[in-house]
Amino acid sequence: MVEVTLWGTLGAAAGGKDKLEVEAKDIRELFRKLAEQYPGLEPYIEQGIAVAIDGVIYRDTWSKELPQDAEIFLLPRLAGG
Amino acid sequence: MSGIAVSTTINGDDVEFLCQAEETLLDVLRDRLGLTGAKEGCGTGDCGACSVIVDGRLVCSCLVLGAEAEGRSIETIEGMADGEKLHPLQEKFLEHAALQCGVCTPGFLMAAKDLLTRNPDPTEEEIRFALAGNLCRCTGYDKIVRAVQDAATVMKGA
Amino acid sequence: MGFDQSYSARKFKSVGTRPLRPDGVDKVTGRARYGADFNMPGQLVGRVLRSPHAHARIRGIDTSKAEALKGVKAVITAADLPDHTEGDSELYNILDNCMARSKAFYDGHAVAAVAAVDAATARKALKLIEVDYEVLPHVTDVDEAMKPGAPQLHESSNMANRSEYGHGDVDAGFNQAEVIVERTYKTEQTHQGYIEPHACVASVNGDGTGDLWVCTQGHFVYRQVCASLLGMDVSKLRVTSSEIGGGFGGKTHVWAEPVALALSRKAGRPVKLVMTRDEVFRASGPTSATSIDVKIGATREGKITAASATLRYTCGPYVGMWAELGAMTAFAPYDLENVKTVGFEVLVNRPKVAAYRAPSAPMAAFAVESAVDELARKIGMDPVEFRIANVASEGTKSSYGPVYGPIGIGPTLEAVRDHPHMKAPLGENQGRGMACGFWFNFGGQTCTDLNIGADGTVTIAVGTVDVGGSRASLSLVAAEELGIPYEQVKAVVADTSTLGYNDMTDGSRGTFSSSMATISAARNAITVMRERAAQMWDIPVGDVVWEEGHAKAKGEKHGNLPPLSVKEIAEKAGNTGGPIAGHSEIVADGAGVSFATHICDIEVDPQTGATRVVRYTVVQDAGKAVHPTYVEGQYQGGAAQGIGWALNEEYIYGKDGRLQNPGFLDYRIPVCSDLPMIDTQILEIPNPNHPYGIRGVGETSIVPPLAAIANAVSNAVGVRMTHIPMSPPRILASLEAEKGA
Repeated sequence: MVEVTLWGTLGAAAGGKDKLEVEAKDIRELFRKLAEQYPGLEPYIEQGIAVAIDGVIYRDTWSKELPQDAEIFLLPRLAGG
Repeated sequence: MSGIAVSTTINGDDVEFLCQAEETLLDVLRDRLGLTGAKEGCGTGDCGACSVIVDGRLVCSCLVLGAEAEGRSIETIEGMADGEKLHPLQEKFLEHAALQCGVCTPGFLMAAKDLLTRNPDPTEEEIRFALAGNLCRCTGYDKIVRAVQDAATVMKGA
Repeated sequence: MGFDQSYSARKFKSVGTRPLRPDGVDKVTGRARYGADFNMPGQLVGRVLRSPHAHARIRGIDTSKAEALKGVKAVITAADLPDHTEGDSELYNILDNCMARSKAFYDGHAVAAVAAVDAATARKALKLIEVDYEVLPHVTDVDEAMKPGAPQLHESSNMANRSEYGHGDVDAGFNQAEVIVERTYKTEQTHQGYIEPHACVASVNGDGTGDLWVCTQGHFVYRQVCASLLGMDVSKLRVTSSEIGGGFGGKTHVWAEPVALALSRKAGRPVKLVMTRDEVFRASGPTSATSIDVKIGATREGKITAASATLRYTCGPYVGMWAELGAMTAFAPYDLENVKTVGFEVLVNRPKVAAYRAPSAPMAAFAVESAVDELARKIGMDPVEFRIANVASEGTKSSYGPVYGPIGIGPTLEAVRDHPHMKAPLGENQGRGMACGFWFNFGGQTCTDLNIGADGTVTIAVGTVDVGGSRASLSLVAAEELGIPYEQVKAVVADTSTLGYNDMTDGSRGTFSSSMATISAARNAITVMRERAAQMWDIPVGDVVWEEGHAKAKGEKHGNLPPLSVKEIAEKAGNTGGPIAGHSEIVADGAGVSFATHICDIEVDPQTGATRVVRYTVVQDAGKAVHPTYVEGQYQGGAAQGIGWALNEEYIYGKDGRLQNPGFLDYRIPVCSDLPMIDTQILEIPNPNHPYGIRGVGETSIVPPLAAIANAVSNAVGVRMTHIPMSPPRILASLEAEKGA
């Protein structure tokens, strides 16, 4: 079980929760479970979500493991200049 | 196709070309003569990327007609180095990293060459005002000014 | 294959030196080929017809007269770009922006295009195209567009998206505050202002294959987008990136390229399409215009108790994530218990907003850093000390969510506090200001091929476009990892058919991610060279190590074997297994966030409102400066763009919704005589997720200047500036208003 923190907008899409408990070992499984359990999140996942694990932002890698005691924070996928 | 026949000198070589009345010198250099070192950044004389020297005078080639080249002597960036030997300004631009993207560089080099011909020992302020007709968006001009200062020192010693 | 990207301290030999760049001679001799410097046999000239209206329904387009003109080979409208986007709204918006489908949404929106034998014919043909417009009411101002009853661009509200960030309880935090500053700030729309207009040459064949030569920050992304819009197979379109004459985010988006490809497909000949400067301003680029409310409260001792901001960003006719980026970055430098930001994305009849260097962060920083300065003043604290008292550090929960790793904001502030610039005397009518800035930086998909030549020289083929000297820095990295001299390495940017996919050079990722791929490729090549050396010596590979650019046999029984250089190993490659190369395909995650603090002195003429930048200093964390001269160049260039934004640059729209200053004469970017030398100080706080500790350096330098200059001007004239740019009339108006008050 990992605890995932959502950014404000995403929290609203998950029914007003800003923290969710999800049984997931890596980023791929996290997205799959989130989409199953909170259908409101699916469009955001489709659009692209970045995952910050202990402050390091992963934009792309699905296989990144989620340590049990890590701080896991979801962010929108960023654009740059 | 009809056109205006023009005989001119470019970087010391005799050149003849035909052009339309409305064609600029920049169009002729780039599209007819394959000298693409001069760039079109605006087409209105505001950015200086197309700078060339005509009869010893620095001009924006986008504001000169091709037909006006008749009988004149034109210097472009392609003629600045002496074969493989770079001009001191070219060397100093490289050493000081006075270019990032490099698209404004040919224009700056022509403007700087014109300045040092007229004023071999310019102050920083004189350099800044002499180059104020050339836009650079990458460098903030700091390294360009330093390169020109350094080149001036080298050229005085030569 | 596992690639260990974690940082380990080391003594660098090549990295950190300042050699000449490999593309330098071409660029000082005029030989370098940019977007418009390339031609194909039989090529036509393409030109685009643009809407003169800010908002109009397109009832019909009659192209028959243009098509009948001698020398015209193709005329296209949106009908020639059928919708292949399959419900992908982002892609649909790109398509609609490239060629208006039912409505023109801004002055300059493309509505048709022609390909003709020469430019004069193409221009004539444009005049013969008849567009039947039904002109609609328009809105260009961000606050006007949010009002009830404002002209609407689409079926739904102009407020296209709402985003929210933060933590804690701001109401409770403001209740604890003893001093509060609350203000509304405005910034005007600016353009990246790259000197090279967009340019491409497109060639599409009847068999569905094609070539595109183009100035871009991301040729692989352009290929993907263009192929999708044109209904082509991605791998059949080969995109070659030319030298690029500046991008700053503006060349991460397609505009003319799909149009050129469609023209070529219809005409059956190559088409060259180069934008004019007028088109660049009217149709490409700009950043958001904004209106931002900031409220910050603190105790008298100088501890911030709560901070909030509401940020309204224009996005042009299509939703983006611009306000959201502002909402994320606004308070990033600070350690805040209670913080809340809300971003509103606002649709207006202006060009589609594009990324511009640390997109959206400068405006948010302007508002926040202005308020922070004012708050420090109210409390009676030094603005630097006030920031240091509230600064974020490792372990701080960032205002956008995650906890920070090792970051550089504290060290940049301390460096600024101790900098001689802060103690230098000021002249009459001069003011000093400082401000902080933040940008995320990111990584992404990247690959590098490293090939060893028969003489032991090395080519690296990278997929990230070199905008500001990255071929030099990547050559340094390859030389470092292989242990060979810089001069032995040559870096080139490969086209889309010769290297795997790469994300764009954006988000300050070019050197960060391509250096990671280059290190990984070099390590793979070293593995091969160790094997080859083992073969040459006929000893087990486990007995071969790589040190200082040589294979060395270890162990006493190999004591008589002299080390083998890259050259010696390469010479025998044909006998030991063939060509030697190292490849790397990675996702370069783990980019390190970046912080900067700037100081500036501004002189204001109280009679005219004219300003002069007297002195400017940039302090920024680079992680590790690979080529320090080019890092300084990034710092100086970003600062100069920020200075232009702060003091002069703005899109000016008339009541008719038309852009009134689409040229460098009236949209004035800083020139050489406007600026002083720009001092830089590079800090190196290693990024733990890069083998050399590298962070991105390209963007953050544009974030602090707006606020630093606003603070300096405010200090010089004694009136708080709240509207960017602080052009002379605007400064005078503020002084007048203060007198009247």
